[in-house]
Amino acid sequence: MSKKKILIVDDEPNIVMSLEYTFKKNNFEVFIARDGAEAIEILKSKVPDVILLDIMMPNIDGYQTLEYIRKNDTTKNSKVIFLTAKNKGSDIEKGLAMGVDKYLTKPFSIKKVMAEINELMI
Amino acid sequence: MNSYILIFIIIGYLLLLFGVAFWAEKKAKRTWVNNPYVYTLSLAVYCSAWTYYGSVGIAATSGVSFLTTYLGPVIAFPIWIIVLKKIIKISKQHKVSSIADFISLRYGNDRFLGALVTVICVLGVVPYISLQLKAVSETFGIISKNPINSSSTIFQDSTFYTAFLLAVFAAFFGTRTTDATQRRQGIIFSVAVESVIKLVFFLGVGIYVSYFLFDGTLDIYNQISITEDFESLTTFDSLESGINWYFMIALSFLAIFLLPRQFHVSVIENTNQKHLKKAIWLFPLYLLLFNIFVVFIAWGGKLRLANLANPDYYSLLLPLQNGDIFLATLVFLGGFSAAISMVIVSTLALSTMLSNNLIIPYGFLDKFSKSHPDRNANYIKNIRRTAIFCLILGAYFFYINFNIELSLFSIGQLSFVVIAQLAPSFFIGLFWNRGSSFAAKMGIITGALITTYTLVLPFVLDTIFGNMNFIVFGPFNLTLLRPYALFGIDFLNPVTHAFFWSMLFNVIVYLYVSLSFKGNYRERNYGEMFVNSNYNSLQENAFVWKGEAYVSDIRNVLNRFLGEERTERALDLFYLKYDLSKNDKKADARLINFSEKLLTGSIGSASSRILIASVVDEQPVTLIEVLEILEENKKTISSNKFLKQKSEELILLTEKLKLQDKLKDEFLDTVAHELKTPTTSIRAASEVLLDNIDMSEALKMQFLTNILDDSERLAKLIHNILDLEKLASGREVLDKKTNNLSDTIEKAISGVHTIAEKKNIKIIISKPQKSYTALYDEDRILQVLINVLSNAIKFVEEKKGIVKITLEKIENYIKINIEDNGKGILEEDIKYIFDKFYQSKNQNVKKPVGSGFGLAISKQIIEGHNGRIWVDKDYKTGARFSIEIPE
Repeated sequence: MSKKKILIVDDEPNIVMSLEYTFKKNNFEVFIARDGAEAIEILKSKVPDVILLDIMMPNIDGYQTLEYIRKNDTTKNSKVIFLTAKNKGSDIEKGLAMGVDKYLTKPFSIKKVMAEINELMI
Repeated sequence: MNSYILIFIIIGYLLLLFGVAFWAEKKAKRTWVNNPYVYTLSLAVYCSAWTYYGSVGIAATSGVSFLTTYLGPVIAFPIWIIVLKKIIKISKQHKVSSIADFISLRYGNDRFLGALVTVICVLGVVPYISLQLKAVSETFGIISKNPINSSSTIFQDSTFYTAFLLAVFAAFFGTRTTDATQRRQGIIFSVAVESVIKLVFFLGVGIYVSYFLFDGTLDIYNQISITEDFESLTTFDSLESGINWYFMIALSFLAIFLLPRQFHVSVIENTNQKHLKKAIWLFPLYLLLFNIFVVFIAWGGKLRLANLANPDYYSLLLPLQNGDIFLATLVFLGGFSAAISMVIVSTLALSTMLSNNLIIPYGFLDKFSKSHPDRNANYIKNIRRTAIFCLILGAYFFYINFNIELSLFSIGQLSFVVIAQLAPSFFIGLFWNRGSSFAAKMGIITGALITTYTLVLPFVLDTIFGNMNFIVFGPFNLTLLRPYALFGIDFLNPVTHAFFWSMLFNVIVYLYVSLSFKGNYRERNYGEMFVNSNYNSLQENAFVWKGEAYVSDIRNVLNRFLGEERTERALDLFYLKYDLSKNDKKADARLINFSEKLLTGSIGSASSRILIASVVDEQPVTLIEVLEILEENKKTISSNKFLKQKSEELILLTEKLKLQDKLKDEFLDTVAHELKTPTTSIRAASEVLLDNIDMSEALKMQFLTNILDDSERLAKLIHNILDLEKLASGREVLDKKTNNLSDTIEKAISGVHTIAEKKNIKIIISKPQKSYTALYDEDRILQVLINVLSNAIKFVEEKKGIVKITLEKIENYIKINIEDNGKGILEEDIKYIFDKFYQSKNQNVKKPVGSGFGLAISKQIIEGHNGRIWVDKDYKTGARFSIEIPE
């Protein structure tokens, strides 16, 4: 079985570092983008199984990135998880309405994130 | 010229006028018909045949006194405009239809007063109208070379037919609606056209006399100045004639307000008060143009025609003498225009007065049908039409039967003196709230009696019966009562003499009676409304009324004159305006006043008051109550205004609060996000460390360092948030001391020294000549400077970066500029840069360190020092921050 691919899009390097370590240890192939623009650049050549997406980022934010993912033929079937500090009910509704698969809020438990991803992979 | 050809020309001309009037009625809404020029030209109805022919006559016989008739209005005009604005405002508000209505309304809808004014006007104006007919008839005789008395019966007299056609014209265009306050565009426009015609033809004959018959005006002057009586024509021969002159000016001054036709064109037919602005200079100009050639035609006539001919008709006789029949016909048409426009407007105004202020209130009120509004409307129209025919034909018979050999000028002046009797009640009543109805009646009657005694009676005795004894010796040989020299005043001419005495007694009686007898509450109510313009804004609220009335009764009265449809429409508007329920059965004062006004246009104010009063149960109100109610209403309106203003302020405040609330929400969101980020990082790293004991030492160290960094970041963030909160709420007390700014700047530079060196950036300070000291909290200012400096260092390129600090004094402020040669600040960012959490979009992809609080805190600190911090928009080679604090 080939390695599952995951893309982490977040502008906080310290958070990314913890996630990256955990996924690699769990046998994922990990790509990292520090904002939406970098993510889109990566998505032109890679098709991740899961994308972890922060919302509040400079330049191209999480919403715009999600829009690109859902429009783009190669990535439209990728699972997308919003991983964000925005935890208001209206924000969550908006995210789900835009077609995100999971909505997880910061601060998060890494084990919980892993569990959610595994659920999506089945 | 054959008289048939002339009749043909007259009929053609009248047909043309009908056409013009028709056209104007059709285009009534267009600016072509509705503009200040038409308004001004319609005012020129003042220039009647009296002006056209009579001025020349008087200039030829009595010299400069003809000018008084025109100087009066010219002098009056600036005042006229101010007073007229007030009159127009009141008239429009109360739907006044004539001067009789206006005066009657001012004194509380007094029926008798309205009738009295009407009678005075009819007595004053009918002879005047007959004079116009006389002028038409005589000039017709001159042109057609027929001796005047050749026609043996009236049916062979062309003037009779002319008069009849004028009556048809006035009746047709003047009574199209029952509401007499409605405009008559057709008539007004044709009057304006006639004003142009008469001016052009009169100027034409003036130029003809001056430049064709003579060699210019100077030539006429040279020739006339050698005749014997020249001196008396151009100068006042004594102080007395000077006084006469001034009285005459005063008389015409009053006439321009009070003549029924002037009141009609200037007030009733006014559509826009702005038109007055044009009229204020255009109308005097018109009068000036009209008078330019008067003296030259008069002198020319004297020189060429000697004293054989009637000087009134010099302007006609001069071209005729030289065989210019065509020009003479044009002059005739000009004079004809002047005469008929006066006749039409005068009869129109008088017929409205007669119907609304005399005939309807005194004879026909109970004759109106209860159920047929159409029949009533026709009834009213027919009364007016009959009045028009009676007036014009009456004037015609007056002329036929009293074929008085008098100049146009003197009858005109007599008419002025009679009309002037209205002046005290009109003008004083407009500015003095105590003037009472009884006083107005007594004043007018006294004045009219004196005028009769001093002017009309001797005039009639002298000219009709040829009896001079009365004038020379006085009644019963009492010299003190000689009509032309009452109480020994013998230096005034008869007209000014009569004017002087009648006006004196009129005013005295008016003032005395007003002060001695109290009027009733109603006249005082209207007195307040007319005089005190503050009450104007009250509209229906200014009307004081107490009693019981039912809407259905009032509705029935309105139905009788307006018809159901118009009544409903009017009442709908009324209910809408005052936001009242249509289901109310009882009527209030406002509805009563509103209904009276509605009817006023059709049947006059006195009649409408009587009609409405007949269906309501009115209770008397005391004078004091009237004033109290008026004051109270005024206060209510102003407090309503106050409340409205307050509620608008509240709405604004709510908006502001909502905005602040939104900003606060956003702030909290951002705070939460900023706090969550390091927390998330710390939590995730701890979890990883805990779950992976087998991790390499190096990696472990890295995670622990991250935890430490983020904890510090978190602590700093919390500190900043609290700091900003403290500053913004004003709880932070600044520790202000006198400090040296150069020293503080040095300290700030050493504070950022390490990071500057790391990036290899130069910091230059241009030292001022002397040191500046100011009162400030050094720690806080240091915080600001370090913040701005670190921003500058953050945004310049490594090695190439230069940060420059300058210090200068501007007035009472010390200004610090900090500029860098980095990439500058985007224009769209400048507005928000001092907002909390704002981080420029123009940052490197790699996130620069910063909480987004620095500048917000800096701004609070500087403002706490009563200073200012801002970014220079025009600085393009980097960013320039300026800080200003008071000395």
